[in-house]
Amino acid sequence: MKGCDGMDGEVIMSYLPLYGEAALLTVKLGVIGIVFAIIVGLFCSIIQYYKVPVVRRIVSVYIEISRNTPLLVQLFFIFYGLPRLGIPTDAETCGIAGLAFLGGSYMAEAFRSGLESVDKIQTESAYSLGMNRLQTMRYVILPQAMSVSIPAFVANVIFLLKETSVFSAISLMDLMFTAKDLMGMDHNTVECLFLLVSFYLLILLPISIVGTVVERRMRRAGFGN
Amino acid sequence: MPDLVTELGIDVLFKGTNFLRLLGGLWSALSISLIAVAISIPLGIIMGVLMTSKSRIIKAILRVYLEIIRIMPQLVLLFLMFFGTTRAFGWDISGETASVIVFALWGTAEMGDLVRGALISIPKHQYESSEALGMTSAQTYLYIIIPQTVRRLIPLSINLITRMIKTTSLVLMIGVVEVLKVAQQIIEANRMTSPNVAFGIYLTVFVLYFLACWPISLLAKYLEKKWS
Repeated sequence: MKGCDGMDGEVIMSYLPLYGEAALLTVKLGVIGIVFAIIVGLFCSIIQYYKVPVVRRIVSVYIEISRNTPLLVQLFFIFYGLPRLGIPTDAETCGIAGLAFLGGSYMAEAFRSGLESVDKIQTESAYSLGMNRLQTMRYVILPQAMSVSIPAFVANVIFLLKETSVFSAISLMDLMFTAKDLMGMDHNTVECLFLLVSFYLLILLPISIVGTVVERRMRRAGFGN
Repeated sequence: MPDLVTELGIDVLFKGTNFLRLLGGLWSALSISLIAVAISIPLGIIMGVLMTSKSRIIKAILRVYLEIIRIMPQLVLLFLMFFGTTRAFGWDISGETASVIVFALWGTAEMGDLVRGALISIPKHQYESSEALGMTSAQTYLYIIIPQTVRRLIPLSINLITRMIKTTSLVLMIGVVEVLKVAQQIIEANRMTSPNVAFGIYLTVFVLYFLACWPISLLAKYLEKKWS
């Protein structure tokens, strides 16, 4: 029997590989989901920036729906609800889709604020230099907009990685799943929770530090203000 | 049309008290977040004011508290509170109590940071100008600083409330009977008679959460625009 005052090193060592595997799954699904979220977000923010008729309305409905519902509910609907309509989803695809659906709107907001921070005169100048729309976007607006949205972007990445913790609800064997599973099996609660916290710190702390550094740099650069 | 309703399993909603049970489940999730909000707003204001204090030690302690709460997924915090305290201190707390504690701790930290941000966003010359006008420090706060801080703060704290409501869906994972749990029970009971019930019920839960959060975020957006 282990008391609550001490942790069993052997137990921790024997759990390490399981947690390592789970952490890899968390990171893998998180990264893929975030990449899709960036694509969705970029697409939505550009549509809103150019005020594309009709599509723009659809985008804003999507953003409202995505931002005002919890990821867990979105996942339950995608994972248990949609297959009933004949849309088959395995757990991993579903997790990625959920993260992209949720993250897309957060990324769109981050990029939109960046795009809006670029002065209209820049677009006009680029046009008068003979650049077309695509060139203006690619060489003039996006680079400036991106650097303005970086702090919000990093915050979103951290937020989305944290949100992956609900993946265990659709039986993906991520860190939460592993922790709960092992707690139920061996009752080494303290060791399980210790490893859970450590592994999340291992994933999130570096990004959080990078985020702080980037934000500080951005503030110093000031971008002409 | 009635065919489609049956086909998608939406008719199950109108059988017996199923819809009322779902609403009841939503309410138990909402009440957890409302209690937590009621605790975190006053505590957060105190924390925010303390974070702008001159004492470095107080500032450092609060900063560390904020960062610890922020970096952990809320689900991990719930696990620590629910499973961890039982083991470490022998407390036997219910899932509801654990959720309220975690959300109050989290809400206080986030609210504190919002209050701090609003307070430091007031430029120094505002204080100096009102002093130059002969106002006392109480008058300065009452007429100049607090009204501006509150205007910046209210839209942001309303957003925090919607975040807390959304996050309460996680309490399912520590065994609290809330709307998703009720949904699972209804689906389990009707699976045989209505094979697509999972679609209809989870769609309903989705819509219910949206209806709970959307008006609140619209209000925040409206106030932000009006006061900016």
